[in-house]
Amino acid sequence: MAARRPQRCVRRPEREYEKVAAPKKGRSANAPSKPGRALALILIAMVALTGGMFLSGHTTPRLGIDLAGGTSITLRAVAEKGQESAINPTNMATAVDIMERRVNGLGVSEAEVQTQGDRNIIVNIPKGTNSQQAREQVGTTAKLYFRPVLQTELSGADAAVPTPGATDGASPSAEPSGKPTGKSTASPSAPAATDPSEEASPQGRALTEGLKAATSSPSPDASGTPEAPAESPVPADTAAPVDAVVQEQYAKLDCTDPKQRATAGKGSKPGDSIVACGNGSGQWQKYILGPAEVDGTDIDDAQAVLNTQTGAGWTVTMEFTSKGGDKFADITGKLATQPSPQNQFAIVLDGEVVSDPYVSQALTGGNAEISGNFTQPEAQSLANMLSYGALPLTFEEDSVTTVTPALGSEQLEGGLIAGAIGLALVVIYLLSYYRGLGFVALLSLGVSAVLTYTIMSLLGPAIGFALNLPAVCGAIVAIGITADSFIVYFERIRDEIRDGRTLRPAVERAWPRARRTVLVSDFVSFLAAAVLFVVTVGKVQGFAFTLGLTTLLDVVVVFLFTKPLMTLLARTTFFSSGHRWSGLDPKRLGVQPPLRRSRRSSALVEPKEA
Amino acid sequence: MSKLGTLGARLHRGEVGYDFVGNRKIWYGLSILITIVAIVGLSTRGLHMGIEFQGGAVFTTPKTSVSVSQAETYAEEASGHDAIVQGLGTGGMRVQVAGIDTGASDKIKTELAEKLKVDPEQINAELVGPSWGEQIANKAWQGLAIFMVLVVIYLAIAFEWRMALAALVALIHDITITVGIYALVGFEVTPGTVIGLLTILGYSLYDTVVVFDSLKEGTQGITKQTRWTYRDVANRSINGTLVRSINTTVVALLPVAGLLFIGGGVLGAGMLNDISLSIFVGLAAGAYSSIFIATPLVADLKEREPEMKDLRRRVLAKRAQAGEGATAAVGADAENTNDPEGSGPAVVGPRAGRSGGRASGRRR
Repeated sequence: MAARRPQRCVRRPEREYEKVAAPKKGRSANAPSKPGRALALILIAMVALTGGMFLSGHTTPRLGIDLAGGTSITLRAVAEKGQESAINPTNMATAVDIMERRVNGLGVSEAEVQTQGDRNIIVNIPKGTNSQQAREQVGTTAKLYFRPVLQTELSGADAAVPTPGATDGASPSAEPSGKPTGKSTASPSAPAATDPSEEASPQGRALTEGLKAATSSPSPDASGTPEAPAESPVPADTAAPVDAVVQEQYAKLDCTDPKQRATAGKGSKPGDSIVACGNGSGQWQKYILGPAEVDGTDIDDAQAVLNTQTGAGWTVTMEFTSKGGDKFADITGKLATQPSPQNQFAIVLDGEVVSDPYVSQALTGGNAEISGNFTQPEAQSLANMLSYGALPLTFEEDSVTTVTPALGSEQLEGGLIAGAIGLALVVIYLLSYYRGLGFVALLSLGVSAVLTYTIMSLLGPAIGFALNLPAVCGAIVAIGITADSFIVYFERIRDEIRDGRTLRPAVERAWPRARRTVLVSDFVSFLAAAVLFVVTVGKVQGFAFTLGLTTLLDVVVVFLFTKPLMTLLARTTFFSSGHRWSGLDPKRLGVQPPLRRSRRSSALVEPKEA
Repeated sequence: MSKLGTLGARLHRGEVGYDFVGNRKIWYGLSILITIVAIVGLSTRGLHMGIEFQGGAVFTTPKTSVSVSQAETYAEEASGHDAIVQGLGTGGMRVQVAGIDTGASDKIKTELAEKLKVDPEQINAELVGPSWGEQIANKAWQGLAIFMVLVVIYLAIAFEWRMALAALVALIHDITITVGIYALVGFEVTPGTVIGLLTILGYSLYDTVVVFDSLKEGTQGITKQTRWTYRDVANRSINGTLVRSINTTVVALLPVAGLLFIGGGVLGAGMLNDISLSIFVGLAAGAYSSIFIATPLVADLKEREPEMKDLRRRVLAKRAQAGEGATAAVGADAENTNDPEGSGPAVVGPRAGRSGGRASGRRR
């Protein structure tokens, strides 16, 4: 791409010349250096991509479930006690949507999610996907509660001393200073509550933004901590009516242990106090949480938003239902008056704390914003969980089994043979019609194929891209669209030759027009791809991705390969003399005897007729 | 080949050419006829939505010795619908059949058990929901709507609103025909079909834009001469890109035709049929409509403009006047127009101009 810019800049003035029908010398004068550079560039790109492909060890694109088979997970819905009616078609359909979203990520991984029977959901994942991860993703549909934080501290080997008071400012403060980007987890430890100056700035923002996941003041925390009295967790002991059982669980809880983590906070009722773990910034934090005040069903919608106004970066905005809005105003009003950490509430998803923002004022109005140093994916996944964590259902894995491709191997073979025959016909056609030029077209198609293949292979591990049958067909149609760019260019060149030009000027003169046609028409294809990719989900998104990729590569290949190659070839005698196998034989193109040519040059003055 | 090459040259010079715009009524008529057939086919036969859209029944069988493709044949015979069969890790199979209710599923279960030589009790039958749910479909529609609006805006800016309108008409024409023929053939609609339709959507517009691009180039500064009407120029543009259109269409159609006729027909790769049929019909319709529908439509719309009406009147008057004055007029025209042209885009085709000159000879 970089090489294209300069190219254009140089070319523009040439077009000006053209307007006034200037001689073509200026053009060929600065042509020489360019074709080699462009060709070298695309060669480097090809080598780099191919090398990258072999280095990464993924030498084939990941295939979709219809081509390669995969894993099928059957999940059974389990309703909460007393909510048996929650298993209904509406909720199941919502659950399918959630899982589809989670499992499909960017929409190109080709996983399939569907209901089976009344209470089962099948998730099909193509071979080569991390099925363990996928199982976790679909398994966590997801009960969500907002609970007040009663007590919290870092958990793990170094912080294992179970007495609440033991977590003095030291260990938490170590974390923000070492990790300036630390997110929500850092906040509870931040002794900011006792240090007004420290709190001033975040609070000011909190006023305007609603809620704040506290760590937004990353490194300053470190300086603030020394002043911090060690007692921050202590008030929890006295102020909160936490019963002894929970207190004991809390003392024993080691969140760095996956087993303990898995059981912590699970199976408890919304009305109870619970212990829970959370991991906001790479370190585990444990909590005692009060009874749930607001639950996921109270959230109407949540979205990840890039807040450019306040510079808070990626934030998550929530909209509550009217009932939820009241409840939320209530709880935030209560929390705002508390000292830290009891001015925080935890957003608990399936027993795990996903975020623990603090509150500085009662938040009314039915919506709120959570900010922290979120990255975009983090904000999106939190928003996703918030908007979909509302189902009063849990799912249990019923069975996990491998499945073979739906497309039988003999059918696939038949399809491949058929495709190969079709391609062979294309080759024959191009060669017999364009002869020498046909090789240029085939080489360009080859370059395009190599680029597409390597990029698709690399995208498999990178973003979970999987090639399915429709995508293969899309790629086959792309042959037509890619070849069209060459054909448009070749026809332009031939028209120039028919007008009596020799090859070199013809190649240069045909290019600006062919280029415009290619750009204008490819833009339409790319527009289709971009819109469909942004708006849609699932298979359509996967298709849009393939279309966009092939369209972009088409432009790249025409600019960086076909055109420079033509410029170079125009210097060879084989092509410039119009050898009969070059596809540019003036006689075969029906060029009239030279007599006409002189007339033609005078005709240059008269173009306006059309 | 060389014949096509020479034809290209003659087309280029305007020595030969088909009067696409003049004969447009024939092609409009033909298109309307096909469209009506398509709509009738669609409304009488309807589309058979596959299991991905409407759900259906799923049969899970115990371990059998029957191959997957055989089981597929059995299931299709038993149900009369397309079946999707997958082998399971247990050695059993999962057979999915669209559009089945509970009653029918029992019957199929018995039949399937017989064919597969297993105990019917061991086959587990359940209803499944669509994997291509309403939400996915809605989002796809939403995406389409947004795309249409954007593309019309884009075409209106890059070209003009008449061309945008004509491109849209051609697009609807292509999609209607493709869907109609699909309904007539009676294949089940799968996600592959939908993807095929979306591909067509892109291709149809793409192809139309290529032809419009040459039309735009050809009609630059058209009001500054009195020799050609918009219609003539449009016609010449189509003829000028005809070779390109033929070549592109052939290259695009060959691989798809391979999939459809050789793969689907001879080799029996049935699953490919749905996609390749929709793509094949759509590609052909897309190439056809760019030339026979979209461009003549633009000419029709354009000639309603007072400017173009004026031009037409002048041109006709001039033609009626006398033949031999033309040569002088050319010089005068060129003189007049050269300067203003200088400020115009660089594309003023000497090509178009020259072929115009020659075509004039032909016309006279």
